[in-house]
Amino acid sequence: MDQEISHPSQRLPARALIPLWVFLALASLLFYVLYIRGTGQDARYIPSPLIGKPAPEFALPSLTDPSQTLTRDVLLGQVSLVNVWASWCPSCREEHTELMRLARTQGIRLIGFNWKDERADALAWLARFGNPYAVILYDPDNRAGIDWGVYGAPETFVVDAQGIIRHKRVGPIDTQVWETEIKPIIERYQGQTP
Amino acid sequence: MNRCVLKTASIVLCLTGILLARPALAYTLEEFRFDDPKRGAEFRDLIAELRCVVCQNESLAGSQASVAQDLRREIYRRMQEGQTREQIIDFLVARYGEFILYDPPLKPSTVLIWLGPLVLVGAGGYLFIRTLKRKQTEPEPDDLTEEERTRLYQLLPQAEPGQKVCKG
Repeated sequence: MDQEISHPSQRLPARALIPLWVFLALASLLFYVLYIRGTGQDARYIPSPLIGKPAPEFALPSLTDPSQTLTRDVLLGQVSLVNVWASWCPSCREEHTELMRLARTQGIRLIGFNWKDERADALAWLARFGNPYAVILYDPDNRAGIDWGVYGAPETFVVDAQGIIRHKRVGPIDTQVWETEIKPIIERYQGQTP
Repeated sequence: MNRCVLKTASIVLCLTGILLARPALAYTLEEFRFDDPKRGAEFRDLIAELRCVVCQNESLAGSQASVAQDLRREIYRRMQEGQTREQIIDFLVARYGEFILYDPPLKPSTVLIWLGPLVLVGAGGYLFIRTLKRKQTEPEPDDLTEEERTRLYQLLPQAEPGQKVCKG
Protein backbone atom coordinates (compact mmCIF):
# COMPACT_ATOMS: atom_id res chain seq x y z
CA MET A 1 0.00 0.00 0.00
CA ASP A 2 2.98 2.32 0.12
CA GLN A 3 2.92 2.55 -3.61
CA GLU A 4 1.48 5.81 -4.84
CA ILE A 5 -0.60 6.20 -7.91
CA SER A 6 0.78 8.95 -10.01
CA HIS A 7 -1.92 10.96 -11.71
CA PRO A 8 -1.33 11.66 -15.32
CA SER A 9 -1.02 15.42 -15.44
CA GLN A 10 -3.47 16.75 -17.95
CA ARG A 11 -4.95 20.15 -18.56
CA LEU A 12 -8.55 20.65 -17.60
CA PRO A 13 -10.75 21.31 -20.59
CA ALA A 14 -12.21 24.85 -20.59
CA ARG A 15 -15.67 23.37 -20.22
CA ALA A 16 -14.83 21.99 -16.80
CA LEU A 17 -14.30 25.54 -15.54
CA ILE A 18 -17.80 26.74 -16.46
CA PRO A 19 -19.27 26.01 -12.98
CA LEU A 20 -16.43 28.00 -11.45
CA TRP A 21 -17.15 30.98 -13.68
CA VAL A 22 -20.86 30.78 -12.94
CA PHE A 23 -20.11 30.65 -9.23
CA LEU A 24 -17.76 33.63 -9.44
CA ALA A 25 -20.32 35.63 -11.44
CA LEU A 26 -23.08 34.95 -8.90
CA ALA A 27 -20.75 35.65 -5.98
CA SER A 28 -19.72 39.01 -7.42
CA LEU A 29 -23.34 39.91 -8.14
CA LEU A 30 -24.31 39.17 -4.53
CA PHE A 31 -21.26 41.00 -3.24
CA TYR A 32 -22.17 44.03 -5.34
CA VAL A 33 -25.79 44.09 -4.19
CA LEU A 34 -25.05 43.47 -0.51
CA TYR A 35 -21.89 45.48 0.08
CA ILE A 36 -21.40 48.07 -2.63
CA ARG A 37 -24.86 49.20 -3.65
CA GLY A 38 -26.29 48.55 -0.20
CA THR A 39 -23.72 50.62 1.69
CA GLY A 40 -25.25 53.07 4.11
CA GLN A 41 -28.73 52.07 3.07
CA ASP A 42 -31.29 50.54 5.34
CA ALA A 43 -32.42 47.21 3.93
CA ARG A 44 -35.98 48.27 4.74
CA TYR A 45 -35.66 51.43 2.66
CA ILE A 46 -38.40 51.79 0.08
CA PRO A 47 -37.66 54.33 -2.64
CA SER A 48 -40.42 56.94 -2.79
CA PRO A 49 -42.27 57.36 -6.08
CA LEU A 50 -43.01 60.95 -4.99
CA ILE A 51 -39.51 62.31 -5.63
CA GLY A 52 -39.68 65.04 -8.28
CA LYS A 53 -43.46 65.35 -7.92
CA PRO A 54 -45.46 68.11 -6.23
CA ALA A 55 -46.16 67.45 -2.57
CA PRO A 56 -49.69 66.08 -2.10
CA GLU A 57 -52.52 68.43 -1.25
CA PHE A 58 -53.71 68.31 2.34
CA ALA A 59 -55.85 70.17 4.82
CA LEU A 60 -54.80 69.31 8.33
CA PRO A 61 -55.33 71.05 11.66
CA SER A 62 -52.33 72.59 13.31
CA LEU A 63 -51.08 70.56 16.27
CA THR A 64 -50.56 73.63 18.40
CA ASP A 65 -53.71 75.48 17.32
CA PRO A 66 -56.63 73.14 16.46
CA SER A 67 -58.72 76.00 15.05
CA GLN A 68 -56.14 76.63 12.34
CA THR A 69 -56.18 74.58 9.12
CA LEU A 70 -52.86 74.11 7.36
CA THR A 71 -52.70 73.39 3.63
CA ARG A 72 -50.01 72.74 1.07
CA ASP A 73 -49.39 76.49 0.95
CA VAL A 74 -47.26 76.29 4.11
CA LEU A 75 -44.65 74.48 2.01
CA LEU A 76 -44.24 77.21 -0.59
CA GLY A 77 -41.70 80.02 -0.86
CA GLN A 78 -38.77 78.39 0.87
CA VAL A 79 -37.00 75.04 0.92
CA SER A 80 -38.26 73.12 3.93
CA LEU A 81 -37.82 69.84 5.72
CA VAL A 82 -41.08 68.04 6.40
CA ASN A 83 -40.37 65.80 9.36
CA VAL A 84 -42.77 62.96 10.23
CA TRP A 85 -42.66 62.25 13.95
CA ALA A 86 -44.69 60.95 16.87
CA SER A 87 -44.28 60.97 20.62
CA TRP A 88 -44.39 57.14 20.69
CA CYS A 89 -41.41 56.86 18.36
CA PRO A 90 -38.01 56.30 20.03
CA SER A 91 -36.00 57.16 16.90
CA CYS A 92 -37.78 60.52 16.75
CA ARG A 93 -36.48 61.28 20.21
CA GLU A 94 -33.05 60.25 18.95
CA GLU A 95 -33.06 62.73 16.06
CA HIS A 96 -34.76 65.52 17.99
CA THR A 97 -31.51 67.01 19.29
CA GLU A 98 -30.21 67.28 15.73
CA LEU A 99 -33.46 68.89 14.54
CA MET A 100 -33.22 71.46 17.35
CA ARG A 101 -29.66 72.25 16.26
CA LEU A 102 -30.69 72.61 12.60
CA ALA A 103 -33.56 74.95 13.43
CA ARG A 104 -31.53 77.10 15.81
CA THR A 105 -28.11 77.34 14.22
CA GLN A 106 -28.64 76.50 10.54
CA GLY A 107 -31.85 78.44 10.01
CA ILE A 108 -33.53 75.46 8.38
CA ARG A 109 -37.30 75.68 8.05
CA LEU A 110 -38.72 72.57 9.68
CA ILE A 111 -42.33 71.58 9.22
CA GLY A 112 -43.57 69.01 11.68
CA PHE A 113 -45.84 66.18 10.52
CA ASN A 114 -47.24 64.72 13.72
CA TRP A 115 -48.36 61.26 12.65
CA LYS A 116 -50.72 58.76 14.33
CA ASP A 117 -50.27 60.48 17.66
CA GLU A 118 -52.41 61.88 20.48
CA ARG A 119 -52.46 65.65 20.61
CA ALA A 120 -51.84 65.80 24.37
CA ASP A 121 -48.90 63.37 24.16
CA ALA A 122 -47.38 65.30 21.26
CA LEU A 123 -47.70 68.64 23.02
CA ALA A 124 -46.20 67.24 26.23
CA TRP A 125 -43.30 65.85 24.20
CA LEU A 126 -42.59 69.26 22.65
CA ALA A 127 -42.87 71.00 26.01
CA ARG A 128 -40.31 68.60 27.39
CA PHE A 129 -37.77 68.39 24.55
CA GLY A 130 -38.29 71.69 22.73
CA ASN A 131 -40.06 72.64 19.50
CA PRO A 132 -37.88 73.01 16.40
CA TYR A 133 -40.83 73.33 14.00
CA ALA A 134 -42.17 76.45 12.27
CA VAL A 135 -45.61 74.79 12.02
CA ILE A 136 -46.83 71.30 12.86
CA LEU A 137 -49.44 69.39 10.87
CA TYR A 138 -51.60 67.08 12.95
CA ASP A 139 -52.50 63.78 11.25
CA PRO A 140 -53.77 61.38 13.94
CA ASP A 141 -55.59 58.96 11.61
CA ASN A 142 -52.98 58.78 8.82
CA ARG A 143 -55.22 60.29 6.13
CA ALA A 144 -52.55 62.67 4.82
CA GLY A 145 -49.79 60.20 5.75
CA ILE A 146 -51.07 57.69 3.17
CA ASP A 147 -50.96 60.40 0.49
CA TRP A 148 -47.36 61.10 1.39
CA GLY A 149 -46.53 57.38 1.33
CA VAL A 150 -45.46 57.48 4.96
CA TYR A 151 -44.87 54.02 6.40
CA GLY A 152 -43.06 54.78 9.62
CA ALA A 153 -41.58 57.49 11.77
CA PRO A 154 -39.25 59.25 11.55
CA GLU A 155 -39.30 60.09 7.87
CA THR A 156 -38.16 63.40 6.43
CA PHE A 157 -38.94 64.98 3.06
CA VAL A 158 -36.97 67.78 1.46
CA VAL A 159 -39.51 70.04 -0.28
CA ASP A 160 -38.30 72.87 -2.50
CA ALA A 161 -39.72 76.39 -2.65
CA GLN A 162 -42.18 75.38 -5.38
CA GLY A 163 -43.56 72.60 -3.20
CA ILE A 164 -41.87 69.77 -5.11
CA ILE A 165 -40.56 66.81 -3.13
CA ARG A 166 -36.82 66.47 -3.79
CA HIS A 167 -35.69 63.83 -1.35
CA LYS A 168 -36.94 61.42 1.28
CA ARG A 169 -34.98 60.21 4.25
CA VAL A 170 -36.30 57.16 6.09
CA GLY A 171 -35.00 56.88 9.62
CA PRO A 172 -33.52 59.41 12.03
CA ILE A 173 -31.32 62.32 10.96
CA ASP A 174 -28.03 62.71 12.77
CA THR A 175 -25.15 65.07 12.07
CA GLN A 176 -23.58 62.71 9.55
CA VAL A 177 -26.83 62.14 7.66
CA TRP A 178 -27.38 65.88 7.67
CA GLU A 179 -23.92 66.72 6.31
CA THR A 180 -23.65 64.00 3.68
CA GLU A 181 -27.21 63.36 2.59
CA ILE A 182 -29.55 66.26 3.28
CA LYS A 183 -27.53 69.46 3.37
CA PRO A 184 -26.23 69.11 -0.22
CA ILE A 185 -29.77 68.67 -1.53
CA ILE A 186 -31.07 71.65 0.44
CA GLU A 187 -28.22 73.81 -0.84
CA ARG A 188 -28.88 72.75 -4.42
CA TYR A 189 -32.53 73.81 -4.25
CA GLN A 190 -31.97 76.89 -2.11
CA GLY A 191 -30.11 78.40 -5.05
CA GLN A 192 -33.29 78.14 -7.10
CA THR A 193 -35.45 80.06 -4.67
CA PRO A 194 -37.11 82.89 -6.61
CA MET B 1 -48.58 0.68 -7.01
CA ASN B 2 -45.13 1.71 -7.96
CA ARG B 3 -43.32 3.44 -5.09
CA CYS B 4 -41.49 5.69 -7.47
CA VAL B 5 -44.76 6.97 -8.93
CA LEU B 6 -46.07 7.71 -5.43
CA LYS B 7 -42.91 9.54 -4.51
CA THR B 8 -42.98 11.65 -7.67
CA ALA B 9 -46.65 12.42 -7.13
CA SER B 10 -46.05 13.59 -3.56
CA ILE B 11 -43.16 15.81 -4.64
CA VAL B 12 -45.28 17.34 -7.40
CA LEU B 13 -48.09 17.95 -4.90
CA CYS B 14 -45.72 19.63 -2.44
CA LEU B 15 -44.27 21.88 -5.13
CA THR B 16 -47.73 22.81 -6.36
CA GLY B 17 -48.69 23.70 -2.79
CA ILE B 18 -45.65 25.91 -2.38
CA LEU B 19 -46.27 27.64 -5.70
CA LEU B 20 -49.94 28.28 -4.99
CA ALA B 21 -49.48 29.33 -1.37
CA ARG B 22 -50.70 32.82 -0.60
CA PRO B 23 -49.77 34.73 2.54
CA ALA B 24 -52.06 33.40 5.26
CA LEU B 25 -54.94 35.47 6.55
CA ALA B 26 -53.98 35.97 10.15
CA TYR B 27 -56.13 38.98 10.82
CA THR B 28 -59.86 39.07 11.40
CA LEU B 29 -61.53 41.16 8.78
CA GLU B 30 -64.86 41.43 10.53
CA GLU B 31 -64.84 45.20 10.58
CA PHE B 32 -65.09 45.21 6.79
CA ARG B 33 -68.62 44.34 5.71
CA PHE B 34 -69.87 44.32 2.16
CA ASP B 35 -73.48 44.05 1.03
CA ASP B 36 -72.32 42.30 -2.11
CA PRO B 37 -70.39 39.11 -1.28
CA LYS B 38 -68.57 39.37 -4.60
CA ARG B 39 -67.22 42.76 -3.59
CA GLY B 40 -66.15 41.28 -0.24
CA ALA B 41 -64.23 38.51 -1.98
CA GLU B 42 -62.63 41.10 -4.25
CA PHE B 43 -61.54 43.06 -1.18
CA ARG B 44 -59.99 40.01 0.48
CA ASP B 45 -58.18 39.06 -2.73
CA LEU B 46 -56.86 42.57 -3.12
CA ILE B 47 -55.44 42.92 0.39
CA ALA B 48 -53.89 39.46 0.12
CA GLU B 49 -52.08 40.54 -3.04
CA LEU B 50 -50.63 43.73 -1.60
CA ARG B 51 -47.54 43.80 0.50
CA CYS B 52 -47.37 45.44 3.90
CA VAL B 53 -44.88 48.30 3.61
CA VAL B 54 -43.77 48.03 7.23
CA CYS B 55 -43.31 44.31 7.73
CA GLN B 56 -42.56 43.54 4.08
CA ASN B 57 -42.88 39.79 4.37
CA GLU B 58 -46.57 39.90 5.07
CA SER B 59 -49.51 40.84 2.96
CA LEU B 60 -51.77 43.69 3.92
CA ALA B 61 -54.32 41.04 4.84
CA GLY B 62 -52.03 39.22 7.26
CA SER B 63 -50.27 42.13 8.88
CA GLN B 64 -51.05 43.49 12.33
CA ALA B 65 -48.99 46.60 11.72
CA SER B 66 -50.84 49.81 12.34
CA VAL B 67 -50.03 51.16 8.88
CA ALA B 68 -51.44 47.97 7.34
CA GLN B 69 -54.66 48.54 9.30
CA ASP B 70 -54.83 52.11 7.99
CA LEU B 71 -54.29 50.90 4.44
CA ARG B 72 -56.98 48.20 4.78
CA ARG B 73 -59.37 50.86 5.99
CA GLU B 74 -58.44 53.16 3.11
CA ILE B 75 -58.90 50.35 0.56
CA TYR B 76 -62.26 49.46 2.13
CA ARG B 77 -63.37 53.10 1.99
CA ARG B 78 -62.40 53.35 -1.67
CA MET B 79 -64.18 50.10 -2.51
CA GLN B 80 -67.32 51.38 -0.80
CA GLU B 81 -67.02 54.48 -2.98
CA GLY B 82 -67.16 52.15 -5.96
CA GLN B 83 -63.53 52.37 -7.07
CA THR B 84 -62.21 49.48 -9.13
CA ARG B 85 -59.34 47.24 -8.21
CA GLU B 86 -57.11 48.95 -10.79
CA GLN B 87 -57.90 52.42 -9.42
CA ILE B 88 -56.99 51.34 -5.90
CA ILE B 89 -53.76 49.66 -7.00
CA ASP B 90 -52.80 52.77 -9.00
CA PHE B 91 -53.48 54.94 -5.94
CA LEU B 92 -51.23 52.82 -3.73
CA VAL B 93 -48.43 52.47 -6.29
CA ALA B 94 -48.40 56.26 -6.77
CA ARG B 95 -47.72 56.65 -3.05
CA TYR B 96 -45.68 53.66 -1.99
CA GLY B 97 -44.20 52.59 -5.31
CA GLU B 98 -44.33 49.19 -6.92
CA PHE B 99 -42.85 47.82 -3.74
CA ILE B 100 -46.40 47.34 -2.49
CA LEU B 101 -47.14 44.79 -5.22
CA TYR B 102 -46.15 41.20 -4.61
CA ASP B 103 -46.23 40.67 -8.38
CA PRO B 104 -44.09 43.36 -9.94
CA PRO B 105 -45.18 44.47 -13.44
CA LEU B 106 -43.07 43.28 -16.36
CA LYS B 107 -40.91 46.18 -17.52
CA PRO B 108 -37.21 46.80 -18.26
CA SER B 109 -36.18 47.17 -14.61
CA THR B 110 -37.96 43.97 -13.57
CA VAL B 111 -37.14 41.75 -16.54
CA LEU B 112 -34.47 39.98 -14.49
CA ILE B 113 -36.95 39.13 -11.73
CA TRP B 114 -39.43 37.69 -14.20
CA LEU B 115 -37.19 35.94 -16.70
CA GLY B 116 -34.10 35.24 -14.57
CA PRO B 117 -35.44 32.05 -12.95
CA LEU B 118 -36.79 30.80 -16.30
CA VAL B 119 -33.42 31.34 -17.95
CA LEU B 120 -31.62 29.60 -15.08
CA VAL B 121 -33.98 26.62 -15.07
CA GLY B 122 -33.82 26.43 -18.87
CA ALA B 123 -30.04 26.52 -18.94
CA GLY B 124 -29.82 23.97 -16.12
CA GLY B 125 -32.28 21.66 -17.87
CA TYR B 126 -30.45 21.96 -21.17
CA LEU B 127 -27.10 21.08 -19.54
CA PHE B 128 -28.68 18.20 -17.62
CA ILE B 129 -30.27 16.66 -20.70
CA ARG B 130 -27.12 17.16 -22.75
CA THR B 131 -25.05 15.41 -20.09
CA LEU B 132 -27.52 12.53 -19.87
CA LYS B 133 -27.52 12.12 -23.64
CA ARG B 134 -23.77 12.15 -23.86
CA LYS B 135 -23.53 9.49 -21.14
CA GLN B 136 -25.94 7.31 -23.08
CA THR B 137 -24.42 7.68 -26.52
CA GLU B 138 -20.70 7.59 -25.92
CA PRO B 139 -19.31 5.16 -23.39
CA GLU B 140 -16.89 6.61 -20.90
CA PRO B 141 -13.48 6.80 -22.49
CA ASP B 142 -11.07 4.41 -20.90
CA ASP B 143 -8.01 6.57 -20.93
CA LEU B 144 -5.72 4.37 -18.86
CA THR B 145 -2.75 2.93 -20.67
CA GLU B 146 -2.22 -0.82 -20.66
CA GLU B 147 0.58 -0.34 -18.16
CA GLU B 148 -1.57 1.72 -15.81
CA ARG B 149 -4.40 -0.78 -15.97
CA THR B 150 -2.13 -3.63 -14.98
CA ARG B 151 -0.91 -1.57 -12.04
CA LEU B 152 -4.48 -0.71 -11.03
CA TYR B 153 -5.43 -4.39 -10.90
CA GLN B 154 -2.39 -5.07 -8.78
CA LEU B 155 -3.50 -2.40 -6.34
CA LEU B 156 -7.09 -3.63 -6.31
CA PRO B 157 -6.73 -7.39 -5.89
CA GLN B 158 -10.46 -8.04 -5.68
CA ALA B 159 -11.01 -6.62 -9.13
CA GLU B 160 -10.42 -8.72 -12.17
CA PRO B 161 -9.57 -7.63 -15.66
CA GLY B 162 -12.72 -6.97 -17.67
CA GLN B 163 -14.77 -6.15 -14.56
CA LYS B 164 -15.89 -2.56 -14.20
CA VAL B 165 -14.37 -0.96 -11.15
CA CYS B 166 -16.78 0.95 -8.99
CA LYS B 167 -15.86 3.16 -6.13
CA GLY B 168 -17.74 3.29 -2.86
